[in-house]
Amino acid sequence: MTFVDVDRVSLRYGEDADGTLALHKATLQVGNGEFVAVVGPSGCGKSTLMKVVTGLWPPTVGAVIVSGREVIGPLSIAGMAFQNPTLLPWRTALANVMLPLEIVQPHCSRLRREWAAYLAKARDLLALVGLKGFEDHFPWQLSGGMQQRASLCRALIHDPSLLMLDEPFASLDMFTREELWLALQDLWLARKPTVILVTHDLREAVFLADRVLVMSARPGRIIAERVVSLPRPRNLDSTYEPYSVALVHELREHISAARSTAT
Amino acid sequence: MVTTDILDETPPRRRKPYLLRRKSLRHILPWVVIIGIFVVWEVVVRVFDIEQFVLPAPSAIFASGWQWREPILINAWQTLLTTVIGFLFAVIVGLLAGIAIGSSTLVYDSFYPALIGFNSIPKVAVVPILVIWFGVGTIPAIITAFLIAFFPILVNVAVGIATVEPELQDVLRALGASRWQVIRKVGLPRAMPYFFASLKVAIAAAFVGTIVAETVAANKGIGNLMLVASSRFEVPLAFAALLVTSVMGIGMYLICAAVERRMTGWAMRGADTVPAGQG
Repeated sequence: MTFVDVDRVSLRYGEDADGTLALHKATLQVGNGEFVAVVGPSGCGKSTLMKVVTGLWPPTVGAVIVSGREVIGPLSIAGMAFQNPTLLPWRTALANVMLPLEIVQPHCSRLRREWAAYLAKARDLLALVGLKGFEDHFPWQLSGGMQQRASLCRALIHDPSLLMLDEPFASLDMFTREELWLALQDLWLARKPTVILVTHDLREAVFLADRVLVMSARPGRIIAERVVSLPRPRNLDSTYEPYSVALVHELREHISAARSTAT
Repeated sequence: MVTTDILDETPPRRRKPYLLRRKSLRHILPWVVIIGIFVVWEVVVRVFDIEQFVLPAPSAIFASGWQWREPILINAWQTLLTTVIGFLFAVIVGLLAGIAIGSSTLVYDSFYPALIGFNSIPKVAVVPILVIWFGVGTIPAIITAFLIAFFPILVNVAVGIATVEPELQDVLRALGASRWQVIRKVGLPRAMPYFFASLKVAIAAAFVGTIVAETVAANKGIGNLMLVASSRFEVPLAFAALLVTSVMGIGMYLICAAVERRMTGWAMRGADTVPAGQG
């Protein structure tokens, strides 16, 4: 069943024809509970695609349909994590994770009555990503990796059926990144939300995703698609197996080709 | 002594007395400076034999202050009350207007130029007009204090809200938050350090406004007392009134600073808080 349907979407920044065309007739479908990674050369409109799908930006042409309904404004069923952790500096890690509950229905109206249950849920989630004991720390008291974990928890606390990850691990070192891949895989296997992960790390895409989409250089559209048929749960060694290496290599060539046609 | 300490590879614990000494030094130093100023002042007046109606010596000022303690206290109380009322109005109006101006580019663009123009009017020039409207007394002083104090609050709150990082806004917008929710959850907390910083400026400005208005058009208050004192060549009394004013100013400033520390500790990540779990 298709959960996200992006149908020939174009987006131009700025109002006149001189504006930057970020997306050009981008089309993609993501099934319910599927984990899709979108890769592409830098500046190809990956982040724009995320904003269009979640309704932060309206498309100039075309339509986005999520869960059977056309997207006309920001989606409340989506959880988002960005390249920067974007935690609110005046809130503790725990309070940051609980932020979506104060906004998204039906949690918003239940929050006061079922405070203890929600609190326990937030603590469990933080513990799951290895932040037990850091609940009451402020963002500036946490390392970059820990902030990013908290940011992931915040994207997940309201049980979104769609998880949008915009290069969430890009600013982290490789070891922290791999650790978080595993954490993300566990979270995904436990809840099976639909995930769209934008990344420029091909190993990350192959390790995490069921399907990898390759975007062309700007204006972005989908030019290739590869299914990753590795069994779950995957371990980090699988990224060094010939199958994965060949897949990464192949994706890399698609992106090189996309880059050279752009220049 | 110092060299042996370094050679011994002093463990951190032994440094504590030194730090403590430094900390108490930091508390003493302001008093040393204030007393030093008075001492130099006294010496200069005595050595150069300056006339009392030009520059009274601190000893004369304190003597006069003690002699006139009752009228000084009554008038100081009047000034303090006037200032605090004007300041509170300024806080309320500044905060609300700051939120309105900071959260909408449309409101910002339409009102900001008019506000700048308004703020450039010397408030002392407004006092006679206020007297025509409200008569001589406390009300023109309250309004003058308000008029001077509200602008820095408004500008700071507006800037704090208007400069919220788009990424932080996106976090909330992506959850389907309404405009008001974005302001309440991100804009306002984000603007709080700016707001409390502006209070320290605004309270000093409010004192200026009150005293200016009292000097021009009042029959009570420190400003009026100073006017009367200098017209009778009671210069030490005028200086005593000035001293009392600055003491009140310091007191209000300290209250604002204490509230600021309490409310926006997150923005002043002190050096004493060690970041946890690096790596």
